[in-house]
Amino acid sequence: MHSLNLAIIRNSLGQVGFTIIVIVLASAVIEMVLYAVLKVILKNKYAIPIMLLAPAAVGLIMLVVYPVFYEFKIAFSNMSLRHFKNPSYGLARGWNNLKLIFTQPVLKQVMFFPLLLRTILWTVIQLSFHVSLGLGLAILLNRKMKLRGLYRTILIIPWAIPQVIAALTWRGEFQYQYGFINIMLRDIGLTAIQWKSDPFWNFVAMNITNIWLGVPFMMIILLGGLQSISAEYYEAAEIDGASAWDRFKSITLPMLSPVMAPAVILGTIWTFNNFNIPFFINENELETSDILVTALFRAAFQYNRYGFAAAFAFVIFLVLFIFAVLYMRATGGLKGVYEK
Amino acid sequence: MNSSNGYTIHDKSKKRSFFYRSKGDSPFKRILIHLVLVLACVIAVYPVLRILSVSLRPGDRLLSTSLAIIPKDASLGNYREVLFDKNFFLWLWNSLIITITTAVIGVILASTSAYAFSRWRFPGRGPGLVFLLTTQMIPAAMLMIPIYILAARLHLINTYKGLIFAYSVSSIPFSIWILKGYYDTIPVELDEAAMIDGVSKLASFYRIILPLSTPAMAIVFLFNFMTAWNDFLLARIMLQRETMYTWTLGLQSLQGQFQTEWGAYSAASILIAIPVMALFLFSSKWLISGLTLGSVKG
Repeated sequence: MHSLNLAIIRNSLGQVGFTIIVIVLASAVIEMVLYAVLKVILKNKYAIPIMLLAPAAVGLIMLVVYPVFYEFKIAFSNMSLRHFKNPSYGLARGWNNLKLIFTQPVLKQVMFFPLLLRTILWTVIQLSFHVSLGLGLAILLNRKMKLRGLYRTILIIPWAIPQVIAALTWRGEFQYQYGFINIMLRDIGLTAIQWKSDPFWNFVAMNITNIWLGVPFMMIILLGGLQSISAEYYEAAEIDGASAWDRFKSITLPMLSPVMAPAVILGTIWTFNNFNIPFFINENELETSDILVTALFRAAFQYNRYGFAAAFAFVIFLVLFIFAVLYMRATGGLKGVYEK
Repeated sequence: MNSSNGYTIHDKSKKRSFFYRSKGDSPFKRILIHLVLVLACVIAVYPVLRILSVSLRPGDRLLSTSLAIIPKDASLGNYREVLFDKNFFLWLWNSLIITITTAVIGVILASTSAYAFSRWRFPGRGPGLVFLLTTQMIPAAMLMIPIYILAARLHLINTYKGLIFAYSVSSIPFSIWILKGYYDTIPVELDEAAMIDGVSKLASFYRIILPLSTPAMAIVFLFNFMTAWNDFLLARIMLQRETMYTWTLGLQSLQGQFQTEWGAYSAASILIAIPVMALFLFSSKWLISGLTLGSVKG
């Protein structure tokens, strides 16, 4: 039991103050150097935008770009708990790490390809439920009716609740004896389910939790898209005698796609990289419920195989990157970037 | 929805479309729609009500197969326990101080960069924007490895500094995108008018763009705040000492693998979730407009 006391408050305020001073000083130095070099000596016409960008760029280089390169270096090493201070580097080490990923279990039993397939299955299940349920609810909400605002507010609660609380609570509710799902199952005369220890049902539990969490975001984004479609299109279609399904297929879906395409790609990336849900729901640490990113976390921080995990991380990133490029090629999802 | 509803399609006072409004719908269909929505609402809200229910149970009846929302002998004992016998205020303080600092730094760094992206066509602008998008694809768990090792080498484990640096930078790409989208909607003529009056381009940023973009700044602040506030992964790796725990780590420690303090856990969850949810629901209109800004315009 450590209560909040004056010493802790003083220490934390001191650290925060120190951090802010470091950032301000570093920015000031960067700006002065850039001003002197670009504006005064080189008379570069882009001096001002470069100066505006510099602090954020330095931050990103230090905390994103450099770590990625550093991780690349670790991937070519045998760094582990035993070799933490003095790992040995080399091409052979890197090749060995890469070979291990595909030939040996990533953790204790699970191999890379089953893990990849499970991650893809997880992403596909999640996205199809998020989009179909989200779109369905958005269509129902996109009409003048009583209580519309109330419905909308209640329906975004799963998105509003902090994810860690949602995950831990669902995990509790998957408890065999006292979780509400099993209580309800027993009440209607079915047998209770071993959500935590049965590999299949644990995967189902993960999916239930994340569907509950993910639908509101899709619903709200798609509702915004639906509201921007002018009613005139529907009137015109109706005059032409189009059925409800025709109107949905030829007006709603195409008109929604500029909103849907980025939402789907974001949703895919988030789901593929979702750590909290598979990590928390899988309380018994079943390897059959791990997806790529949770396996990566365990390889690095439970098995302490840093070199191997670094190589593994690049393989995961590559999978996602290839998917994103293919998807954007197919839908033109990045068109807006260059146009403005 | 269909022509059997008995109105004519030329009647402008009754705009009718299945996907737009329900004036012409039959009562049966309207009831059905409300039923579906009510069911969805129950599913959305029930797990949250269950936390409330458990938090109100007296200590000796925490484990119960009752499904009642308000237990018969409701008590506030669990709340008393969390507030006085647990490190609740310590977790809250740690989270608050890290999160607020992070959000402020993130907004400041992102706002100037977004202005550069919005108003100048400098070489490398397009690739820069794509780079920012690409950073969003990096799995958080992937960056954890080098950040942990670097933090361990720089003695930043168990400090607020390390977390503040990491959080404020990680939110920058997303913030730049949102702010750039907002600046793009402010006409360049405003900058130019100010420049005719003899104000430099930088000064017009402070005098015109910044005041006009307060709503977008609020959105970005809130996003940064929420991201850092709800983070578990980085905090779990960087903070190992119990006096440094943020609320996510604290809550997890209440739900240990072998013994769960259900009452304390639920009461703490409610105390943390209610303000966050209120803030989120209250600001959801802005948040959502900020999210859809780029996509609708693009």
